[in-house]
Amino acid sequence: MHRSVRAIALGSVLALTATACLGSDPAEEADPVRNADATEVSLTIAANAVSGGKNAEEADWIENYVIPTFIEQQAEDGVTVTIEFQSSGVDDEEYKSRIALDLRTGSGADIVSVDGIWVGEFAEAGYIQPLTDVVGGDLVDGWEGWEQINDAVQANMSFNDERYGIPAGSDGRVLFFNKELFAQAGLPEDWQPTSWEEVLEAGRALQSIEGVTPIQLNAGTAMGEATVMQGALPLLVGTGAEIYGEDELWQGNTQNIRDVLALYEEIYSTGLGDPTLQQEAQGRDKSFAEFAAGQIGILMEGDYFWRSVIEPTAGVAPMPNRDEAVGYAMVPAMEPGSGINEQDFVSMSGGGGRVLNPATEFPQQAWELLAFMNSAEATKELVGDGARLTQREDVNSEILSSDPLLSFIAEEVVPLSAYRPGLAVYPEISLALQQATLDVVTGTTPEDAAAAYQTAIEQVLGGADDIASD
Amino acid sequence: MAQTTSPATEAGAGCPDGPGGPDGPGGVDGPGGVDGADNAARSTARDPADSGETDVVGLGKWRASAFVAPALVLVAIFLVFPALWTLYIGITNYRLTGIAARVPEFVGFDNYVRAVGDANFLNSLYLTLIFVLFSAVIGQNGLGFALAWRLQDVRGWVRRLVESLVLLAWILPSSIVAFLWIALLDRDSGTLNALLGTPGLAWLIEYPMVSIIIFNIWRGTAFSMLLYSAALASVPPSQLETATLVGASRWQTLRDVIFPHVRGHVLTNTLLISLWTFNDFTPFLITAGGPDGRTETLPVYIYNTAITGGQMGYGAAVSLIMLLINLVIAIFYLRLLRERR
Repeated sequence: MHRSVRAIALGSVLALTATACLGSDPAEEADPVRNADATEVSLTIAANAVSGGKNAEEADWIENYVIPTFIEQQAEDGVTVTIEFQSSGVDDEEYKSRIALDLRTGSGADIVSVDGIWVGEFAEAGYIQPLTDVVGGDLVDGWEGWEQINDAVQANMSFNDERYGIPAGSDGRVLFFNKELFAQAGLPEDWQPTSWEEVLEAGRALQSIEGVTPIQLNAGTAMGEATVMQGALPLLVGTGAEIYGEDELWQGNTQNIRDVLALYEEIYSTGLGDPTLQQEAQGRDKSFAEFAAGQIGILMEGDYFWRSVIEPTAGVAPMPNRDEAVGYAMVPAMEPGSGINEQDFVSMSGGGGRVLNPATEFPQQAWELLAFMNSAEATKELVGDGARLTQREDVNSEILSSDPLLSFIAEEVVPLSAYRPGLAVYPEISLALQQATLDVVTGTTPEDAAAAYQTAIEQVLGGADDIASD
Repeated sequence: MAQTTSPATEAGAGCPDGPGGPDGPGGVDGPGGVDGADNAARSTARDPADSGETDVVGLGKWRASAFVAPALVLVAIFLVFPALWTLYIGITNYRLTGIAARVPEFVGFDNYVRAVGDANFLNSLYLTLIFVLFSAVIGQNGLGFALAWRLQDVRGWVRRLVESLVLLAWILPSSIVAFLWIALLDRDSGTLNALLGTPGLAWLIEYPMVSIIIFNIWRGTAFSMLLYSAALASVPPSQLETATLVGASRWQTLRDVIFPHVRGHVLTNTLLISLWTFNDFTPFLITAGGPDGRTETLPVYIYNTAITGGQMGYGAAVSLIMLLINLVIAIFYLRLLRERR
């Protein structure tokens, strides 16, 4: 008996001592000039990219261009650099928890790729710090690249008006469609719907072709953020509302949300879409493969789909005849003029970037490497012969004409684009919205799903004060 | 996993881990604590009057303490401390990211209150119990015993082949096994659909629970089979012969001769596989808890809320509830075992 009492007492003391350890310690300031004069430097780059798999072109660029070139440049200055590339090829949510744990424990790579919407929550957690704190204000502010990067794109990697990293480009959403299937269904090759109803009509025409799913509109929780970014949110801005409006209210159980969910119901209850695919653990990858195999008619995606998924040689679901067989159109608002700012067409943009790990041993050298990765020269090397909306306007203006989709998105789509709120609570709102689409796909009415969504975000936000509903 | 060769006459003796390997998130380790209590209870029962000098080795109090100290330190570091740490995180709103990651707040029992009122948690608990009941208690037990019973008179290549196949399912790494089952059950090009002539049937969407229950039976039967083979071999042949001589049927022999001998083994085996299955994370590799949470057993639920969802505080609270359920299961079986004595 005595021993167990003593053990409990000892354990309690241990737990209480450890109390101070829960949560990260913001008092520990990074020292920007530590190891600034080192001649032996080792750096690590982490990205959710892997050669031969996800984001292969980025992985190959890091391994075959960035690392050897930077090592060579530093060798000329008498500095021996070794750089390791930590590649991953997993779902974004998994990658996020992996790097969050890395950063939390003060380990992990020196340069870390992150999605723009993670910046807020990582910054609030103290996992990342403003570049001026990690590296030093003059050096960061004096970087030549900033004036080449559009403010809206810079905002992707900023939080509370401070730069936490350098963005790695931007994107926009369009409707991709299979021209060969369209020809079979008697639809035009230069299709451009002007309302949701016209998309549904095209879907109904495609329904006549055996073995073809007319429309893939991402839904459900298994696809994670892809469900809202390539589904619910572009539709929502097409009803004239943003998920977090300028009135600083979140969309709750509103007519706009119900309209969005009603479109999901229309698509998934009438055979225009494949409800099972939305629930499969590997559903998104499967939708890519099916589109590439000519089994999906219309699919909403970002330019990522064009340059990394169905890209004829390096894509994960390559389409050798992509340039001839795949068309793209702007995402229409619900009705002409019903979008935000009374737009006829809408889009959502996001984009990731790279941050510096505040715990890096070599802040100066890591910044140098980061700046090098975002130089015009390196950016052009990454684009290569492909298509990519880069962060740098000088590069974009040079390569814009080489790819029709790239220039289409840069000129037509991005000006119409809306952005997600950079707030730490956003991922949970997103999750509730994903669940609402899943509910509708599995048979719940849009009204009930919207009501459940309202309840869920009330729990997240701790009440209904910041929620719009009608 | 060294326990496979032991006759395992004492419940849960020295079995820290299951065939699947990992415990549930949060370092749940149910049987360990109960073993200790049980052994202590039995040793006092053995010599109740002996309250004075028990130092048979002659080490003395301090030297004896020195000998056990390293073990106690290890237990404290790797068992007691994580458990208390989980307890502590469970009463905060600690999160993986955001402000609550930097300055977590004390929230008392909010997480526990939320858990017991949360439809998703209760659904997970229900699914876990269904999973344990059908895949472990009924499935692995029944199939394992049936195989051991059927194979005891079989010799030669048939026995070796069956045993090898069953064992193979057990020893393959989880990730490989998950990949094989995804390929087997795939909607478009799955082997099962090709065999049954049911193209386009998404087994993991239409019958998710049934799929992972059958998967777990397939995966874990080997342990029960091995344990029952050893148990059946320990039944004295003389008693079996006597039963044959008096004309007992096969069923009567099983019920009246064999079962009394192997009852302890049955309970031990059921205890172990129940706990392992309760904490098993492998279904996540196949279904990720989906579709719509329909295979989200408790370990998967904890992973999805704590790691993917970032709600560390809530996840820790649920982990602790899971630990308590483990203890209840263990105590239930141990009581059954003791009734026999």
